[in-house]
Amino acid sequence: MSWLLVLPLLVPLTTGILCLVLPGRTAQRVLGLAGALGLLAAGLALLAQVQRQGIQAVQIGNWPAPFGITFVADHLSALMVLISGVVAVAVALFALAENDQAREGLGYYALGHLLLFGVNGAFLTGDLFNLYVWFEVLLLASFVLMILGGSKAQLAGGVKYFAVSLLSSILFLVAVGLLYGATGALNMADLALRVERVHPGLLTALSMLFLVAFGLKAAVFPFFFWLPASYPAPPAMISALFAGLLTKVGVYALIRVFTLIFTHDTGFTHSLILWVAGFTLLLGALMALAQGELRRLLSFQLVSHIGYMLMGLGILTPLALAGSVFYALNHMIVIAALFLLAGLLQRLQGTTVLVRMGGLYGPYPWLAVLFLLPGLSLAGLPPFSGFWAKYTLVAAGLQAGQYGIVAVALLVGLLTLLSMGLVFAEVFWKKAPEGARAAPGGLGGRVLPVGLLAVLTLAIGLWAEPLLSLSQAAARELLEPAGYIQAVLGVSR
Amino acid sequence: MNTLILKTTSRFLFTLLLLLSVFLLLRGHNEPGGGFIGALVAVGAYALFALAHGVSAARKLLPLPPLRLVGWGLLVALLSALPALLLGRPLMTGQWFSLLGVKLGTPILFDIGVYLTVFGALLSAIFGLEEAAHHPSEDA
Repeated sequence: MSWLLVLPLLVPLTTGILCLVLPGRTAQRVLGLAGALGLLAAGLALLAQVQRQGIQAVQIGNWPAPFGITFVADHLSALMVLISGVVAVAVALFALAENDQAREGLGYYALGHLLLFGVNGAFLTGDLFNLYVWFEVLLLASFVLMILGGSKAQLAGGVKYFAVSLLSSILFLVAVGLLYGATGALNMADLALRVERVHPGLLTALSMLFLVAFGLKAAVFPFFFWLPASYPAPPAMISALFAGLLTKVGVYALIRVFTLIFTHDTGFTHSLILWVAGFTLLLGALMALAQGELRRLLSFQLVSHIGYMLMGLGILTPLALAGSVFYALNHMIVIAALFLLAGLLQRLQGTTVLVRMGGLYGPYPWLAVLFLLPGLSLAGLPPFSGFWAKYTLVAAGLQAGQYGIVAVALLVGLLTLLSMGLVFAEVFWKKAPEGARAAPGGLGGRVLPVGLLAVLTLAIGLWAEPLLSLSQAAARELLEPAGYIQAVLGVSR
Repeated sequence: MNTLILKTTSRFLFTLLLLLSVFLLLRGHNEPGGGFIGALVAVGAYALFALAHGVSAARKLLPLPPLRLVGWGLLVALLSALPALLLGRPLMTGQWFSLLGVKLGTPILFDIGVYLTVFGALLSAIFGLEEAAHHPSEDA
């Protein structure tokens, strides 16, 4: 059943190619949605397979590991693929309703699916250099998506995004090269076996290169400055895809290398990650409070909450890692919902500058509810998925005696709540300011994907056990790499 | 560029270069060559023709717009990866068979895909640049 593992790659690739080959707009729109639904189905099938038979591995081209390229799906990879399928479906539905003819004509669906191809490739590959290649695939697609349509703000944001992405790619490539020089291996399972023979000081230095390279992609302190400068620029159907998926690829890569390869000196490396997590959380949340524009505010919230995912990695207990995984999954859904919602509000009021918005509670009370569901989930209030994610992390932090980071995590929860409350007050509660546009045109089908994501975060919150136990399974696999190595190389340590 | 020499020679070179590009593509099977280098030579042929006769004349010699060719190239490359799956082997495992004593396999299909993709992508860039140079107002 090796084809199940490559299905999450083949589906978006085939969809993307067909969108390039078939010129008709209707064909592309149908393909855009069908491909996203197919990806979701493939993600479900893969997760079921991993659940039944344990870690899956395929040697591409039948070249045996560690010489060929291996694709591996453990619980973490399968879960990330599944949730990226969920985000893909929501964004595809939104794009269908948005009916942006100009951007569709420029190849929105083809690029979107090639982006998903790159993202899923990064989640599934078991080879460090191949991971670099997947990063390039998703970056190339994202560069074009970022400036698709060519508005001035998009080009300005695109230049910063391009420069920072290239910088992190170069760092990543240099780090891979040096690690290869030190170990003679690129296959991650093989690396996990070989790093024991490398001088620990050298290994720590290498791990720092990876921390910076992936940290740039994940937008953590002190490398987050580029994200709020570029993510607000493209329209919602693009920025939601970016916000939901791209930084999570960086987080995934950090989790992968810092549980599988760089575990020789956790006292130093993982403590440092914990500090990074704390500063990311705090600075992101404080900066979010200072923003007067909704999409920039959400971008800082996105940065801030990356800190939670690193917090679990830094604590490195089974419960903490499970919290990290759960948080990443929950956050993909929630932040995509909020970015799509910002698109709805932009359409209603013609602006996302908070002082010029207002008065939406009267005509659109249900929209206020739609905002509060993911908004409160982001702040970590029960009964939403964000609550369990944060609860798990805080509980793990207390168990491990990491009181400092727990205090920061709780404080940032409060700050997030404050920030969401401010947005609610500005956008819905406050009277519409003079000269504000009063709801031109309906929202149509754009509400559906936001609603689906909002209901999903509520559903996960009310029925958290399945996803939580899956996250715990992922954490167990991460902390016991022997299973991963056995699946890839067929030998045990 | 309006020179009689270039216009005349480009017609002959066009055919020769295209033949060379196919030769390189097929030679790449076991010796230096391959889809990428073959496509570069083919792009050279079209670029030369476009310089001598104009981009619109060169476009008329293409069966499809260059970007559409990228799509078809990717599709052909994708198809080369699939037979292995149908036979229950890992994705992209090379499959071989003999036709009239000639050994054929999926890697040549992959190379053809690379050829079309590189050809389409580079040519659309070159045509775009050439057109922008002659009609700067359109893209400004």
